[in-house]
Amino acid sequence: MLNRILSNDFPRSKFLAAILVVLLLGLAFAPFIFPGVKALSVAAKVLVFIVLVASFDLLLGYTGIVSFAHTMFFGIGAYGIAITSTRYGASWESLLLGLAASLAVSFVLSLAVGLFSLRVRAIFFAMITLAVAAAFQTLASQLSDLTGGEDGLSFKLPALLMPSTQFMEQPLLGVSVDGRLLTYYLLFITALVLLLALLRIVNSPFGRVLQAIRENEFRAEAIGYRVVVYRTTSSVLSALFACAAGAMLALWLRYNGPDTSLSFEIMIDVLLIVVIGGMGTMYGAAIGSVVFLVAQSYLQDLLRLASQAASGIPMLSALLSPDRWLLWLGLLFVLSVYYFPTGVVGRLRAATARDSLKK
Amino acid sequence: MKNLDFDWKPLALVPVLSLLALPLIGSGSTWLTLTVAGLAMGMIIFIIASGLTLVFGLMDVLNFGHGVFIALGAYVATSVLAGMGDWTSSAELWRNLVALALAMTVGMMVAGAVGVAFERVIVRPVYGQHLKQILITMGGMIIGEELIKVIWGPQQIALPMPEALRGSLLLGDASIERYRVVAVLVGVAVFAILAWTLSRTKIGLLIRAGVQDREMVESLGYRIRRLFVGVFVVGSALAGLGGVMWGLYQQSVTPQMGAQVNILIFIVIIIGGLGSTGGALIGALLVGLMANYTGFLAPKVALFSNIALMVAVLLWRPQGVYPVTNR
Repeated sequence: MLNRILSNDFPRSKFLAAILVVLLLGLAFAPFIFPGVKALSVAAKVLVFIVLVASFDLLLGYTGIVSFAHTMFFGIGAYGIAITSTRYGASWESLLLGLAASLAVSFVLSLAVGLFSLRVRAIFFAMITLAVAAAFQTLASQLSDLTGGEDGLSFKLPALLMPSTQFMEQPLLGVSVDGRLLTYYLLFITALVLLLALLRIVNSPFGRVLQAIRENEFRAEAIGYRVVVYRTTSSVLSALFACAAGAMLALWLRYNGPDTSLSFEIMIDVLLIVVIGGMGTMYGAAIGSVVFLVAQSYLQDLLRLASQAASGIPMLSALLSPDRWLLWLGLLFVLSVYYFPTGVVGRLRAATARDSLKK
Repeated sequence: MKNLDFDWKPLALVPVLSLLALPLIGSGSTWLTLTVAGLAMGMIIFIIASGLTLVFGLMDVLNFGHGVFIALGAYVATSVLAGMGDWTSSAELWRNLVALALAMTVGMMVAGAVGVAFERVIVRPVYGQHLKQILITMGGMIIGEELIKVIWGPQQIALPMPEALRGSLLLGDASIERYRVVAVLVGVAVFAILAWTLSRTKIGLLIRAGVQDREMVESLGYRIRRLFVGVFVVGSALAGLGGVMWGLYQQSVTPQMGAQVNILIFIVIIIGGLGSTGGALIGALLVGLMANYTGFLAPKVALFSNIALMVAVLLWRPQGVYPVTNR
């Protein structure tokens, strides 16, 4: 049973398995364990990022190609929900329509970019996605009639999902059972299903071919696999999952703008989470997202304190200012790629493998 | 370079594009203004892109951090020109040019010096691993951009043009900004020096041979890695020079300018064929012209015009206009 659910890809490390179970339970009961609006928002963001990062890992970790347009598809998903909900009012139909439309746009766009740039050489892909994503970001803020421009769009959801809807008179275990809670569990189930689906994809024969291409493109082609087709399929799949993650974000925030879903900073966050968690391991996406997002909420406060402490020294306090958060993120990123390329999951698995060798 | 003598088709693209635009624009004087502006922009982009394409051709290193040197050059120029306020505000042309030349020299030196460190710390440990190169150099780009914000502040800084270079020359009805003439002259000079070095000197011969077949050059006893460090530093310095010129062209600098120009030069080197200097020139001129024509004709489309241009070129020649063999 568990075998089927996890697609035969077990954590392969007792410690890792324990962490994953704790994460699963923690996220499942987050509203009851960590009461408070901010904690629940962090938990919901973790759910969104797990899907986003896992879908990026399909591309970077399993297929071995770098895309800088991943947040573009994330944004398309979020804008899909936001635009239809604003235009056609809050209803389940407009949510479905938005999701379907954004999935279709993501499909066409990722297919076009993928076919076009992967046809020649994989290295083009990174450059072309960067250019397309930058153009798309400018376009999104310019088409203000449709997207609300820099201000973005705030919208309402169907009544069932609104925080004002109460399902029980009395709070359950100190938590009021309202539409917000229902939305959280909707996201939780979606994230779980999508993560397991991705796990299934990478452990299928198709996923094995992707890994073969990552290891040796030339040999994979020689065996008879059409590398372009596999790479393009992988990029389309990852775009669709990223689009779904964007829709989840829009559902939770009931708002979308260029900075919340399209900004390059999110792209860097995603890159860093993939590397910290472990490239080429779907579980890494889950662990990395939790570690990163929790750290993000607290490290920025820590930086603020450090900056105040160093306020006498001019250069140092500028370096430690919370506005320079990205600097430390970039430094962490470079160091992780050098010294920690297999990430948390890779390290834990390697440790287990070493132990079993000793016995 | 060798191909340049034989393959005239890509070369013809530049006049073809500008002639195609003529009936669309209608007025001859506007067309001339736009064309000169486009060529000036193209020459600046070429200066920046030439280093990147050589670095890629020689060592197969795709440097996503190239944009840092552009921003660095531009910021150094703001400091130098601000420090020489008396010289830039003087109406005498030679004083302005001395100030400009000094800003360019300092910008190139600083960018080159940072290039040495960048090559040593960021690029060297990841030779031969494309995936890591992209990730690491992107990380270097972010760090560099943030450090620029630490030193010069995150806000936009105005970079005023030296006094005598402001305004335009009138040529019939067409007005041509003086600075664009300077940009074209500098660009032509850089291209001439590069072309001469690459085709007439021993170092240039080794670089071209290295781009064609690195292992063969190494097996003949030349230390290609040392050559590469030199090319990387010169490429960074050229990006710094391009940054000074780009900053003056825009008349302001922002920390994000490196990332913005980076995207343009990626398009340029893809159009030109990764590793080809002649291709980079043609790509840069095409991108510069295209940006100016579409900016005038249909500003909303201008965003995607360069991508469309790249798509069109790649459909014609999937490896770029001057494919480098053995790649």
